[in-house]
Amino acid sequence: MSDIVNGMLGAFRLIFSLDADLFEIILLSLQVTISAVIIASFIGMPMGAWLAVNRFKFRRLTIAILNALMGLPPVVVGLIVYIFLSRSGPLGVLNLLFTPTAMIIAQVIIITPLIASISHQAIRDLWADYHDLLISLNATKSQRIFTLIKDSRRSLLTASLAGFGRAIGEVGAIMIVGGNIDHLTRVLTTAIALETGKGEFAFALALGFILIALAIIVNLAIHSISKTERASTW
Amino acid sequence: MKFVAHLLVFISTILFSNSAYTAEMKLAVTTSFNNSGLSDVLIPEIKKDLGLDVQLLVVGTGQALKLGRAGDVDAILVHSKKAEEEFVSDGFSTHRREIMYNDFVIIGPSSDPAKISNSTTTVEALGKIAKHKSIFTSRGDDSGTHRKEKSLWKAAGKDPERFEATWYRAVGAGMGATLNTASGMNAYLMSDRASWLKFGNKGELKLLFSGDPVLFNQYAYLPINPLKHSHVKIDHAKTLETWLTSKKTQKMIGAYTVNGETLFTPNAIKKVN
Repeated sequence: MSDIVNGMLGAFRLIFSLDADLFEIILLSLQVTISAVIIASFIGMPMGAWLAVNRFKFRRLTIAILNALMGLPPVVVGLIVYIFLSRSGPLGVLNLLFTPTAMIIAQVIIITPLIASISHQAIRDLWADYHDLLISLNATKSQRIFTLIKDSRRSLLTASLAGFGRAIGEVGAIMIVGGNIDHLTRVLTTAIALETGKGEFAFALALGFILIALAIIVNLAIHSISKTERASTW
Repeated sequence: MKFVAHLLVFISTILFSNSAYTAEMKLAVTTSFNNSGLSDVLIPEIKKDLGLDVQLLVVGTGQALKLGRAGDVDAILVHSKKAEEEFVSDGFSTHRREIMYNDFVIIGPSSDPAKISNSTTTVEALGKIAKHKSIFTSRGDDSGTHRKEKSLWKAAGKDPERFEATWYRAVGAGMGATLNTASGMNAYLMSDRASWLKFGNKGELKLLFSGDPVLFNQYAYLPINPLKHSHVKIDHAKTLETWLTSKKTQKMIGAYTVNGETLFTPNAIKKVN
């Protein structure tokens, strides 16, 4: 128990000491995860919308696979990305292994199915309401997708935040493709794993509390920018 | 639209900020070397003396050799002589250069149920643990430490593959995680001295046996062969080798202590073998 108390105290001490290394780690965590969420949203949301408005032969199978991929084990994603980016792999010439870019790629793969799947469910419900209207207006397919994405933006925000939540706390994949290199690819989660390995539980916990605080701040910031979850607008 | 433009700038800064203008190289090292804290002393010195940014990938010896074979690092610093010699004979490195050694120690519950602390040899100590079936945690991750442990069991006439999981627990993790597991189960284990001294969650565990010469642990530096992987930064790898084996660095390695204990004995030889 005392480890937890020490961890909390340690978290405050770390933040108020304005430790440069700590801010570097926090900043990289945010850069990697936010980039991954933005990229994955640009891929996942149109994919979800497209699946909602189109009827094709293997639609049910595609959606089932997409839903199953939400549970993709990050370590496996990490390993696959590693094999591709390794110097001996097909994309080795790009020299991306052990860089933040490699970490972003792994996270995009992990969270795209999640964002696509949640988007699909939200848009499918809205499509049921909008179907007759959009058809009667003779809207083209891309117009329909655009309208649906625009009008279900609240639910899509949830999809992005879910992706953010999964990515910011992820450690298995980015450990493999990032390598946890000090001052280059070390982020909060890999630093926590490192400190736990050293048996420095209090310090590891302090970093953990900072990670949780960071996730809360980002979520609050998004809500305040997008003016959601306020008393006047339900 | 402005928002999107900002986004694109933001993403591209991240994506392209990796392009290197400074001298840098990637070195895969073992967890024991990093956990000892010696790397925290050496890395800034390397930067100061050579202007070289050494990026450390802290992995087990098995994985370090794998990264070297794939050409994903420029050099490796590991401790498993047999595997290193195979690495060289397979042509992935031109040579292995011995840098320093430390030693392994046997840790266990302070009550010492198998009574190993008065053993005279490692083989005797391990034999007692096996006979008593006291809980023993093994790295089980094909690292240098794991390979060493297996060879010691073999020397004691035992085959660790046949041990029952009731007492022999292969955790398949790094030194730190294995120490944490042992601490939780109050188990015996073999660790390098450096990781043990630096470990922050000792619990009931205590150093019970050490000093047997078979427990010495030689570290060697192996630059990756540019004939196998033309992209490796052989110049930096060579500069670093010269620096690591220099009188000044060797003296610094010998002078490094934790809680007043010397961790590494420098023994770099002048000539490349």
